[in-house]
Amino acid sequence: MTGSMSEPAIVVEGLVKRYGKVVALDGIDLQVPPATVLGLLGPNGAGKTTAVRILTTLLGPDAGKATVAGFDVVRQAEELRHVIGLAGQNAAVDENLTGLENLEMVGRLYHVPAPEARRRGEELLERFELTAAAHRTAKTYSGGMRRRLDLGASLVGSPQVLFLDEPTTGLDPRSRLEMWDIIRELVKEGTTLLLTTQYLEEADRLADKIAVIDLGKVIAEGTSDELKARVGGEVLALSVADRERAAEAAGEVLGLGPGGGNVDNKTGEIQIPVGSDGTAILTEAVRRLDAQGIRLADIGLRRPTLDDVFLSLTGHAAEGGTEGEASEDGDSPKKKRKRDREKART
Amino acid sequence: MSAITETLREPGRLANTVSDWWVLTKRNLVTYLRKPDLLVFSTIQPVMFVLLFVFVFGGAFERILPANVSYVDFLMPGIFVQTAIFAATQTGVGLADDLQKGLIDRFRSLPMARSAVLAGRTAADTVSVAFQTVLMLIVAYAVGYRLHEGGLEALLAFALIIAVGYVVTWIAAFAGLALKTIEAVQAALFTIVFPFVFVSSAFVPVATFEPWLQPIARNNPVTIWVNTVRVLTLGDRVTESKSLLFADIPALGNLLWTSTLWLVGILVVASFLGVRKYRQT
Repeated sequence: MTGSMSEPAIVVEGLVKRYGKVVALDGIDLQVPPATVLGLLGPNGAGKTTAVRILTTLLGPDAGKATVAGFDVVRQAEELRHVIGLAGQNAAVDENLTGLENLEMVGRLYHVPAPEARRRGEELLERFELTAAAHRTAKTYSGGMRRRLDLGASLVGSPQVLFLDEPTTGLDPRSRLEMWDIIRELVKEGTTLLLTTQYLEEADRLADKIAVIDLGKVIAEGTSDELKARVGGEVLALSVADRERAAEAAGEVLGLGPGGGNVDNKTGEIQIPVGSDGTAILTEAVRRLDAQGIRLADIGLRRPTLDDVFLSLTGHAAEGGTEGEASEDGDSPKKKRKRDREKART
Repeated sequence: MSAITETLREPGRLANTVSDWWVLTKRNLVTYLRKPDLLVFSTIQPVMFVLLFVFVFGGAFERILPANVSYVDFLMPGIFVQTAIFAATQTGVGLADDLQKGLIDRFRSLPMARSAVLAGRTAADTVSVAFQTVLMLIVAYAVGYRLHEGGLEALLAFALIIAVGYVVTWIAAFAGLALKTIEAVQAALFTIVFPFVFVSSAFVPVATFEPWLQPIARNNPVTIWVNTVRVLTLGDRVTESKSLLFADIPALGNLLWTSTLWLVGILVVASFLGVRKYRQT
């Protein structure tokens, strides 16, 4: 009907949204081709959720325009709702209904006849391995099960374009991996997906293209490899045994790379992009620190992560993770940074 | 193309809207039955009100009531209206809960009738008002309450009580959407509802109030509704009584249209505000 396969599934042009004096979106442009995944990556307050809310007709933009599957988000909001699915930040399921009842209800609200809604609900429960819990109320579900049910609810209408707002925030590592598998399956089937995340690794694993967003602006766009290439070469990562001396150590070694680096005084971790001179710089760093009697807990060269990209683009780290998952990959210190940023609704 | 789909959808539009209302009403009723704490307390509360008021205040009132009116007969119309109003505030709590859990966002992203979330919630909570009213009637009957007028008058009184509950669910809906958290909604509604119920003829005769308070109390819609239910259930005992308690109660005709006027007026304003707030949320 609208939008041939060659037209982008999502087009965003100069989108602006303000909450009082806080500018949540400061004129963003995006294009998502059909059957691809765009990862919208940014810290809390960057404007990710605001963008999703506008694209799913929950919120009107102050300026700019956007279309989803060819439908204008403002003028054709009702038509648009027929072709999208949304799973928001908190699993939006009714905890006093059973898993099946939740999906049936959503099906009925798409005006699918009752038996069909039931069949569709059972199919989705089967697919997300919730059949055994189909007749239990959702309040008995674990966090991961609720998220899967929520995702199931967003798929009841067989959407052309799916919006997932931080689909794994708050999940334990195992549930997160399960969620990633599910999302990859969906994309294989040809659904266009816009995914927001604070996790660099998540965007790296799931998205075809990544738009890095900070303070309401898209500050970089490209594939994961393209973004990593911006950092260039390898990263020297070292960890000072005596944290008190982290600043001192940084003074010794930061100048070694072509463009400075990042120090965390609390954990004693230092990261320096080193280009192609990795080995020489590593040797020099060890020599200098040894001369000062600064002991290291760890040192090594690694490939740059999106973390490094974010750091080099914004001058601060992406805010990784919420409470409760700090132990997962040692990224915990990042969440402490930049908490003082002005927080619009993310 | 879109014109064709538009016309194709048009005949089904009303049917879809009604279906959406029903789906959400059913959802709210089902979940109501699955919240045992809510169910237990909303059952005990009205029973408690009846018993407390009858046995605590009853003795003091027997002296000033006309010989042919027992205190329980005088009191129950007040308790009915009060409980309907209190029960209806649950709508605000329910909506704030849905809002916090993200359910309202999900509903708003679906191609369903915009009106269904509020219509389904207010309808389900009105069913709960009706349930509590019937329950109170049974308990009150057990402690001596009697309907002194005909069945038609009794039905009219019942309809009025339910209508009061329905109208208040819309006030609560607006409060729920505007205040957004359960705690704030509960505190705000309690603060608004309490003076309306107590500065009325529900429990104590208006003629015994401070003089400056009396005109306010007489024009309080709660007074008008309670008096209407009184006349519909006590009949002549009220209208022909020279008692202090009933001296200022207008004739039934007058009461019926002022009651209706208040109900319609509040419904129009509250539903307008509620729907507007829902669209903005």
